[in-house]
Amino acid sequence: VNALVIAAAGLVALVNFRLLGGSRLVPIIRGAALQGALLALVSVALRARDVELGFAGLALASAAIKGYVLPALLLRALRQVEIRREVEPLVGYSLSLLIGAAGLGVSALLGARIAASADSGTPLLVSVALFTIWTGLFLIVARRKAVTQVLGYLVFENGIYGFGVAVASEAPLLVEMGVLLDLLVAVFVMGIIIFHIQRDFSHIDVDRLAVLRDVDESRPPREAP
Amino acid sequence: MIEALVLLPTAAAALVFATRSRRLREGCLLGTALVHALLVGALALDPPAPPHGAWLGVDALGLPFLLIVSALFLVGSVYTVGYLRREPAQPRGDLEEGFLFSNEPAPVFVACLLLFLATMSLVTVSRHFGLLWIAIEATTLASAPLIYFHRHHRSLEATWKYLLVCSVGIAFALLGNVALVGAGSGAVTPLGLDELLRLAPGLDRDWLEVAFLLFLVGYGTKMGLAPMHTWLPDAHSEAPSPVSALLSGALLVCAFLGILRAHQVLDAAGARELAGGALRAFGIFSMTVGALFLVRQRDYKRMLAYSSVEHMGIVALGVGIGGGAAFGAMLHALSHAFAKAALFLVAGNLLGRYASKRAAEVRGALETQPASAALWITGLLAITGVPPFPLFLSEFAILREALAVVPWMAGAFLVLLAVAFVAMFDVGLPMALGRAPAGISRAREPASALASPLVLAVLLLGLGLVLPVHVRGLLEGAARAIGGG
Repeated sequence: VNALVIAAAGLVALVNFRLLGGSRLVPIIRGAALQGALLALVSVALRARDVELGFAGLALASAAIKGYVLPALLLRALRQVEIRREVEPLVGYSLSLLIGAAGLGVSALLGARIAASADSGTPLLVSVALFTIWTGLFLIVARRKAVTQVLGYLVFENGIYGFGVAVASEAPLLVEMGVLLDLLVAVFVMGIIIFHIQRDFSHIDVDRLAVLRDVDESRPPREAP
Repeated sequence: MIEALVLLPTAAAALVFATRSRRLREGCLLGTALVHALLVGALALDPPAPPHGAWLGVDALGLPFLLIVSALFLVGSVYTVGYLRREPAQPRGDLEEGFLFSNEPAPVFVACLLLFLATMSLVTVSRHFGLLWIAIEATTLASAPLIYFHRHHRSLEATWKYLLVCSVGIAFALLGNVALVGAGSGAVTPLGLDELLRLAPGLDRDWLEVAFLLFLVGYGTKMGLAPMHTWLPDAHSEAPSPVSALLSGALLVCAFLGILRAHQVLDAAGARELAGGALRAFGIFSMTVGALFLVRQRDYKRMLAYSSVEHMGIVALGVGIGGGAAFGAMLHALSHAFAKAALFLVAGNLLGRYASKRAAEVRGALETQPASAALWITGLLAITGVPPFPLFLSEFAILREALAVVPWMAGAFLVLLAVAFVAMFDVGLPMALGRAPAGISRAREPASALASPLVLAVLLLGLGLVLPVHVRGLLEGAARAIGGG
């Protein structure tokens, strides 16, 4: 494991704390983008000896899509809905940071064990990847804005990618491309839906999307037409 | 030929998206559905063995699922053409809350429908875990615009839940793929099905089991297994009826195929104990949740949705028990698909006439829509497993095996089936009987709204009464592929 990988992994972990503790949306979108790009570079750095052309091209494409295209899509959605910050998260920022720290601890313990049993992974990278997965899931659950939830999904995917790089760096090219494509389309579709949520409700607070449930006492039975 | 199953609907989708002609659009939809069904029929009569190591191929396990997808799409597309003609083009008042909304443009809807067919076909012919994952995630993306056909806030809420919950679920399955790759301890495992099955006995057992659990949770979200089913009732009740029929009949079992592929690998590795136990646990829990939410359900489309949760539980339970129950599970997946699709289509007819999804506001359908009401009762009989419908045979097969393997589960299985039976008739029967509310009189029922559910009901009766040798052979082949008898 060279110094570059260690530095990148540390940076990814720091970005996670930035995501957990930040309220302004533009910087945290940039943070998630940086994370995606860093992990793509780590995948190259880990195979410093025998980088094939296709592999390098794919890592480059991955860095470009996660580092530039996806955040551009999200920033565009953000401009359309004119929202700058996540004001009232379901879980407060200090508590989020504490939960993140706890997550990091658990990830470090788990990562060491997993890396030992896989005997190919690097404990540091596995731990950071698990921590990133944890951060992504937490953001999806604990934030109100649709944009932040999509961001959480992206961070979650970053974590899975990092885990894949740590455990086994060589998945087939076509599969990687397919995963990237799916991710791209998913964020695109989600962006469109966010735009519609904004238009219909003039807000993108997902917790106020709560009409559909099994027991609705609020609405009296209607007269038959 | 197998590529055509995916490429043909994709090309048709592009054409539909580009054209504004209604005639061409309908022709494309029906033509594609018909050609797809004919291709699948030819494959089913003479299934070519997939070349070793190929990423695409129709094998014994995938074939029944491909049949379900293709048959339901054909029947559903006939209904959809009539449905789209009946839908008004102008903005109109919402049925429940009265505000104005308009529909998604028809070209977008039909194009997404065709893409939905392409992606589901790809799921059934994928013999590579990475490709399978891509295909299943693609089904989510292709179907999200279908749920958002009626552009108002309730369908938007349902679409958002569907997208986010299923995407996160499927991301867990991606993690499962990574775990599978890591199972080689040192060397990287290839993800092609054939190589994996060959290498399975030498793979690390812990990693394989972790991978299976991740697949079960991930694809199980999409399949509607409780407690990951939360998106399902909303999406099924807000989507237009032909889409609900496809979601419930075809999409849920496609996701199940993802779990079954992982089951195949665990089977080959000799770790079926864990796979069976986990499937049984999720199965019985889903049955419980489904049955409980059926009781006194107010919304009849949600009732059908919870019934799907229950039936997916039955299918998972059947595979988990194994042996003869695996055959039962395959037969159950097939007959549930037909019965539930018929019910959703008929529910669309009732909704169109009564303008309400509340079961309490639909009364006397036998007076106002005799044909639809008769089909509704037939569907309820079929879905609750009354003989001579095939769901009786499949549930019986599962029960018999359960008695031999895990007797207490057989008891729970029977009780839950009884609860579901009583609950569904408690909600559904008064809708057909009783006196129609004032203002709703008998009206002509369009043939396009009746033909599709009628064909499905006849198919079900045929399956239940004779169960053709060829169909039985197909289902037994699939059951053998997952280690059943």
